Amino acid sequence: MAFIEAVMQYGFLQKALLTSVMVGIICGVIGCFIILRGMALMGDAISHAVLPGIAISYMLGVNFFFGAVISGVITAIAIGFVSQNSRIKHDTSIGIMFTAAFASGIIIITMLKSSTDLYHILFGNVLAVRSSDMWITLGISLIVLAAVYLFYKELLVTSFDPTMGAAYGLPVRFIHYFLMTLLTMVTVASLQTVGIVLVVAMLITPAAAAYLLTERLWMMIFLASGIGVISSIVGLYFSFTYNLASGATIVISSTAIFILVFLFSPKHGLIWKTLKVKKKRASLV
Amino acid sequence: MKDPAISIQDLHVSYFGNEAVTGVSLSVNTGNLVGIIGPNGAGKSTFLKAMLNLIPKDKGAVKVLGKPITEVRKSIAYVPQRNDIDWDFPITVLDAVLIGTYPHLKLFRRPKKKDKEWAMECLQRVGMQEFSKRQIGELSGGQQQRVFLARALAQKADLFFLDEPFVGVDVSSEETIVNILKELCRQGKTVIVVHHDLSKANDYFNQLILLNKELISFGTVEEVFKPEVISKAYQGQFAFMNEIGVSL
Repeated sequence: MAFIEAVMQYGFLQKALLTSVMVGIICGVIGCFIILRGMALMGDAISHAVLPGIAISYMLGVNFFFGAVISGVITAIAIGFVSQNSRIKHDTSIGIMFTAAFASGIIIITMLKSSTDLYHILFGNVLAVRSSDMWITLGISLIVLAAVYLFYKELLVTSFDPTMGAAYGLPVRFIHYFLMTLLTMVTVASLQTVGIVLVVAMLITPAAAAYLLTERLWMMIFLASGIGVISSIVGLYFSFTYNLASGATIVISSTAIFILVFLFSPKHGLIWKTLKVKKKRASLV
Repeated sequence: MKDPAISIQDLHVSYFGNEAVTGVSLSVNTGNLVGIIGPNGAGKSTFLKAMLNLIPKDKGAVKVLGKPITEVRKSIAYVPQRNDIDWDFPITVLDAVLIGTYPHLKLFRRPKKKDKEWAMECLQRVGMQEFSKRQIGELSGGQQQRVFLARALAQKADLFFLDEPFVGVDVSSEETIVNILKELCRQGKTVIVVHHDLSKANDYFNQLILLNKELISFGTVEEVFKPEVISKAYQGQFAFMNEIGVSL
């Protein structure tokens, strides 16, 4: 296959492949906790909210990683503050805060008129991944995987039964912001491959597909990562072969997998469920 | 003298200035099975959560086993209301019970074989061992509540707090749960239960906290479960009073 030959041959393609595989893994892992905590919208919000941080980092000439994490976490705190201190519901608060952050990001970038390519931050350009980006992604991946491995117990309890966690003394709110920080880091790692706008799909779609396939959290995490990796590779293939935006092809690949799982999952799939109902009704005639 | 299991002094809780619990003071000795009763909206669950410092209180001091709650959290087991739980969560019955061993596990440590055996033993006590591999949402309401009681047992706690454990629970599960709670008390543990159903309150508990925002009455079942006391909390709910055979 021409794609495999090209991967063997071109360094930029190898970097693209490695980076997007790592992104597929960590998005799957963090995505599981995001959807189980009912925070899909929060994932979307935080991924958008890193924009002003990135812009200011460019302006100050520091690594965009730090700015992104700071603006992501500040937005998460602002969202919590507004919904806890008024009658505004959580999803409304999310809508207000992340659009505000995103809009300020756009203004700052436009004012800078720098070489920063807004289009690439928003939609990703995996084929332009530099070595330094790949190393940042590797570093973030190691941190995220280690954090989830080490704090698995705490993440499980606070996702499943936060009140019980608080009752035996877990710092539930701190863990929430810790997860938000991990989420921001994942977003930063995903900038080059899928871009800000579509990160949420990589967080949610593979995890949602995995959710329909298993009844165990650790298995869900592995499946979500696997689906993320497959989506990344398939997406990259289409992106390279047909010269399409990598973010879009990767996301569509994961959507295709989700649709398959939605229909054919052994336990929760639409087809089997419908067949079971039909069979049951027929037996009662 | 032994410290009381719980002592509460002048507890006040409000939601944005609306009083939910006002000026409650009481003290429960160890080895009691205590029911918190009162009409809907009386602040029963709020009271329970404030006791455990799960929600902020406006005023008041709570001591558990003679110490501030933050120092004795590991000797407390809490069972939430059933509708607070996401029953579609990807977790099996045994793994849910295994969470009960987490408070005593150090950071970064995973449950070991002996923890799993202990969780299985707790499941056995509530008669749910054969369901250990099921996903929790596949169980009936009563079975789910038994699993959560097993999780509380796995915590090896001295105090048990249960929020409405009998809602949506079948008769035989209710009996199993009550028997286990009574057994815990015989072992010297203290059990506090938020309970909505007056009709069985006198069978289940030996002490009652009758609440309607303020403390209406606290004492043994014989002291509290009298028409003239109960009616003070349930003003205006006469139909209900007739239903349970209280004449006014």
